[in-house]
Amino acid sequence: MTTKLKLTAWAVLASSPWALTAQVPTETINGNLDQRDTLIALTDATIHLNPDETITQGTLLLRNGRIVGINRNNQTPADALIKDYTGMHIYPGFIHLDSSVGLPEPDARPPFSWNKAETINSTTEGAYNSNEAIKASWNAAAHYVHDDKASKELREAGFTTALSHRKDGIMRGTSVLVNLADQAEELNLVATQAAQHFAFDKGSSKQDFPVSLMGEVALIRQTWLDAEWYAQQQQMTDLDLAAINANRALPKIITVSNWQETLLADKIGDEFNTQFVVRTAADSYRNLDAIQASGQTLIVPLSIPDAPAISDELDAWNVSYQDLKAWEVAPHNPALLQQAGITFALLPDPGKKGLGNFLKDLRNAHRHGLDEATALRALTTVPAAILGQSDLGTLASGHWANFVVTSGPLLEAETYVAETWVAGHNHPVNGLPSLLPGAYQLSHDDQSMGIHLHDDKGKLKLTLADEDSEVKIKVKQTGQFVTLTISQDDSDHELFGVINNRQLVAIAPQEWTLQRQGDLPASDDSDESDSNDAELPQIPQPFTAYGLATASTADDILVQNATVWTNADDGILANTDVWVQGGQIKAIGQNLSAPKDALVVDGSDMHLTSGIIDEHAHIALLAVNDIAVNSSMVRMADALNPHDVNIYRNLAGGVTAAQLLHGSANPIGGQSALIKMRWGVDRPEDMLIEGADGFIKFALGENVKRSRNAQSIRYPLTRMGVEQVYRDAFTQAKAYEQAWADYHALSRRAKQNATPPRRDLALEATLEVINQELFVSCHSYVQSEINMLMHVADDFGFNINTFTHILEGYKVADKMQQHGVGGSTFSDWWAYKWEVNYAIPYNAALMHNAGVVTAINSDSGEMSRRLNQEAAKSVKYGDLSEQDAWKLVTLNPAKLLHLDDRMGSIEVGKDADMVLWSDHPLSIYARAEKTMVDGVIYYDRSQQAALEAQIAEEKSRLIEASQNSKGKKSKRRSAPPQLLHCDTITGDHATDHELYHGAAQ
Amino acid sequence: MKSLFLTTLLFIMGPASALPPAPNDAPPAEQVFINANIHVGNGQVLENAQFAIADGKITRAGYYKIAYTGDEIDLQGQHIYPGFILTATNLGLTEVDSFKATLDFNETGQLNPNVRSLIAYNTDSERIPAMRYNGILLAQTTPSGGLVSGTSSVVQLDAWNWEDAVVAADNGLHVNWPAEWAKRFDWSTFSMQLQEDKKYAEKISQIKQLFEEARVDQSQTNMKLNAVKPVFSGDKTVYIHSNSPKAIIESIQYFQSLGIDQPVLVTNQAAEQVLSFIAQSGVSVILTAVHTLPHQSDSSIDAAYALPAKLQKAGILTALSYPGSMSSRNLSFTAGTTVAYGNSATDALQMITLNPAKILGIDGQYGSLEVGKSATFFISQGDALDMRSNRIAAAYIDGREIVLDGRQQALYERFKQKLKQ
Repeated sequence: MTTKLKLTAWAVLASSPWALTAQVPTETINGNLDQRDTLIALTDATIHLNPDETITQGTLLLRNGRIVGINRNNQTPADALIKDYTGMHIYPGFIHLDSSVGLPEPDARPPFSWNKAETINSTTEGAYNSNEAIKASWNAAAHYVHDDKASKELREAGFTTALSHRKDGIMRGTSVLVNLADQAEELNLVATQAAQHFAFDKGSSKQDFPVSLMGEVALIRQTWLDAEWYAQQQQMTDLDLAAINANRALPKIITVSNWQETLLADKIGDEFNTQFVVRTAADSYRNLDAIQASGQTLIVPLSIPDAPAISDELDAWNVSYQDLKAWEVAPHNPALLQQAGITFALLPDPGKKGLGNFLKDLRNAHRHGLDEATALRALTTVPAAILGQSDLGTLASGHWANFVVTSGPLLEAETYVAETWVAGHNHPVNGLPSLLPGAYQLSHDDQSMGIHLHDDKGKLKLTLADEDSEVKIKVKQTGQFVTLTISQDDSDHELFGVINNRQLVAIAPQEWTLQRQGDLPASDDSDESDSNDAELPQIPQPFTAYGLATASTADDILVQNATVWTNADDGILANTDVWVQGGQIKAIGQNLSAPKDALVVDGSDMHLTSGIIDEHAHIALLAVNDIAVNSSMVRMADALNPHDVNIYRNLAGGVTAAQLLHGSANPIGGQSALIKMRWGVDRPEDMLIEGADGFIKFALGENVKRSRNAQSIRYPLTRMGVEQVYRDAFTQAKAYEQAWADYHALSRRAKQNATPPRRDLALEATLEVINQELFVSCHSYVQSEINMLMHVADDFGFNINTFTHILEGYKVADKMQQHGVGGSTFSDWWAYKWEVNYAIPYNAALMHNAGVVTAINSDSGEMSRRLNQEAAKSVKYGDLSEQDAWKLVTLNPAKLLHLDDRMGSIEVGKDADMVLWSDHPLSIYARAEKTMVDGVIYYDRSQQAALEAQIAEEKSRLIEASQNSKGKKSKRRSAPPQLLHCDTITGDHATDHELYHGAAQ
Repeated sequence: MKSLFLTTLLFIMGPASALPPAPNDAPPAEQVFINANIHVGNGQVLENAQFAIADGKITRAGYYKIAYTGDEIDLQGQHIYPGFILTATNLGLTEVDSFKATLDFNETGQLNPNVRSLIAYNTDSERIPAMRYNGILLAQTTPSGGLVSGTSSVVQLDAWNWEDAVVAADNGLHVNWPAEWAKRFDWSTFSMQLQEDKKYAEKISQIKQLFEEARVDQSQTNMKLNAVKPVFSGDKTVYIHSNSPKAIIESIQYFQSLGIDQPVLVTNQAAEQVLSFIAQSGVSVILTAVHTLPHQSDSSIDAAYALPAKLQKAGILTALSYPGSMSSRNLSFTAGTTVAYGNSATDALQMITLNPAKILGIDGQYGSLEVGKSATFFISQGDALDMRSNRIAAAYIDGREIVLDGRQQALYERFKQKLKQ
């Protein structure tokens, strides 16, 4: 702390109205010591001891910054300095858990560009972590400087204590817990290392890795493993890892930007036997059940989106149902959390006006169903419990004298904050009312009239008790001096008085008198509580328009009289029934009978096939690419988004399952997520196919050698380098395996003296590839690289499972067949980059005919909706039989994903993942009529018109409601749809293109 | 009767070549086809009809009582279609999308009315044979980018050079009318957002200034103004590229107020929001894509597929296009897709034949199989709108039979042999 700042603090102190002594004991005094330990008694107040206990006419006793007693019967000790708090409410001071008060601003976030030289290593100097986003050793207490302006703003909203951390990085270090009094830092710090902070956000880090949510998760996991290893090793120093170990026992708070990340925090926590407290983005209402089931404690900002400004019907073009619905539901978020029994703390909205509007927002939440006790808990006892601070959050003897004085019950609209006391220091906000509000009798010149005295945020407001009276009264207050002007019959009469000890008395004694008669009569304008805001709106699940769709619930389904494409020895069966029970195909035949309550579907003139399986998809994901050359530690399952409308759209295109792959930015990419299109599941992992084998993305060629970035320095920049990346990775993985084997072979005693090898998630995943526990799906185009990777795999004793894209597979189809690798290709893409210049639409047919298990994939949430058409192109290009062509998008991808024992054909015992088509499934005129996953019809075209009408109706209701709403409206539009593909960074094709090229075309 | 096509041509060319096929320099064929299903392109289908060409023109299309000479080709129920027309494409202006050196469709600067796509049109582009193989025989090769991208021309796809290719020179001017809300990447949320375009008014005024000054300019010394002038005489059509409902209204009203009554709107799903306005304004529409995602997460899942039928029902002259050119060979399949979503098969066909011909101003010669029009057509074994049956046996441009196979077919044959299939 610098001298200059210390002086500032003193200057503030000197101007403080009740400048109680608050000197740093070790400090040199310039002058005479003014140390006081006066006992202060605030009398006759309504004291809210805690959210569940309130006393009226209570007295609060304070001394030396602490509460020393609370008297219920308004008794006061003789030696107390008595202050009359009649009519006031006293609440425990609020605790802000997500502040950065008093801390330096983090460095600016560097602009992201893929058209510059990569930053592969940390740019932080010193013995810090090798990833720049790990700032675990950053100790907020060492940087905290009292900020009187920011502290004042917090106090005005009722906060007396703040947990302050620097919002920068994925591991952000420790926070400091501070009281917000205007006094020296030495006296304000409550706890120097109060919590550890995390975020899925790398902040100012200039280092490339991680660039995705999955990468951020991987980094957290690896860093925690590193910390465990660090505790046992002696070869290096890493101040961040040391800090992680030193601060292990502290509460862990993680900041997330959506509900998916809220659940993700729980998932990572479980892996490491730890529990995060999650600072949410106030969107838990979008998936409340899953969040409730996670059992997490949340920190929730009172953020609600403004209504979009929609001036006319054409404006609505760019505003989605989902965003309108969010506007409608978001105010209910705290009430919903309360209803679900979730423990949560509340925060002001982090926006510029959040603090200023905090009480207004809190009352709004109350009006939408949040009850008072829960609101108070969320601001006092819950934060105190999260931090393990027993002397904060409630009013009791021995606790910090931190409290808020209000003019009335906190959640009533008129109530204002009069004072905020922190550590026994009074910081007036609006101040106590100079006169007690109430019904008064004014007597002057033989006249007498009833007067109502109101308190308007510390200002006097007078009205006549007799509303019909022709007399008018005005009040003017200057300091303690008051002039009352009484207007009657065109003449004004002025009464001049002074306020003393909450009494207004005439300057000339007895000229006039104002006597309090009692409280104001109860007001009858309680319109706000009458409003039906508390009624919870319907919440679609998933939280998007098509979340309103309803899936079938029948356990038995009988499809009758369809043309059944079995994909098995039976070929195509005419006029055939298929009986589904409990999610599986139970019987196939003619004139089948099913249980009475079975759902019977007429399949006449329609074709029934097994569901389409997309070997290469990027839908239902929050991110696609990370950037490390070996990104095998990255898991797509960490970035699942079960609310992506593209799942529903895929169902409408007959897709029932997909492999969600990592992008193609790296020779060794991330681990796939294999999902079924279960629209409406709560938890992301509920989409995953149970017991499926693990798959991993590899990539070759132009993307991994960063061909479109002329500035790139990242190894490899050539196909030659790509091979060596693999050979090196596999060699190191084998060495890693050996190192662990050697360690495990040590005797127990020898182990005690040895440092175990450092666990490396990337090498572990790479080793799983060699050991055929993770199967490779490799993005590839030209024959040379395809050939190369098969040789590399042979040399390390494993098989490549699938070459995906593989547009020159036709040139080496014989070698692929020998290696036993499958090919999953585009039907007819080419010409978009050099390595696809010799792509031909006959590729699938040539590979298939060479004995390669061949599939056709989409790599696009658009194309996946019509993969049946893509399959049909192999009839045109290459003369495949129709049944073989159909298998390109069903049975063959099932084989490539090792799921053909359960999917890909219509056979008894297989999963009931089926599609009923209006026409021959390879025909351009075919539409999916019904799509079934695990025997549940998630998509039914016969209900689509009604559903779309319902959506349209709901949307116009919401538009009208938002137009009619009183609140602020902001000009905003919904984000354009994302179309993720292999090259995706941003989710927008044109922008991604720009990032790769460095310039718009 | 003959049943084989192109036997002579194939022999001349020899085995599959790595070069794009040579244009056919022979004089237009004189040929009669019988037992043909003629998809006229104007809504009619003539089953089991006769079709004859001579001097590059269609001489018969229908039912005739003329004795057979024995030289007729019996199509045995195969289908004859007008050559498909690909509008608003960068075909011939790009080769490998990721290679800047091969891109010639987007000039730098905002106002480029005078740049001409025609002179950059590469008749030897490897993409052209891939289009022809699926029945696309004519294209509007079109610049893009900026506020006014430049001038387009219509070409036929069997030519030695661009002079040879031209069907209608420099007859389209392409304006990208901005929208009030534009996509911007938001780094804080790392996602694409729609944000108010602060330069919106400025951009609109730049466009308006260009047209209004061109209207009065007498100097003849300003290349840009000179290139705009023909839109006032009707020698050049204004193509408004916009996919925003308000911008559609604003731009159409603006051009009509200048006396340009028939601009063409190049758009997508925004059209559905202003369907009746478009119908009343009388402008034609080119839809940039059918195979595209619905505009919003709440849009109908069929939004893009069903839109052509809605435009048709509203009485709007509609053509279908395909973005870029890499996959534009699928144009006819996008037309086929619309048939499953409310369009009739004949309307769908018309949207890639006669309708675009009308929009491009070439319907006097192209777009439908009517006597007296150019003999620009192809023969397919089955329904050409369905990939399941689209097998093109022969194609003719202005009566000259063209080579259908290109490098992709050559590679197919080569590797079929290599793999002993």
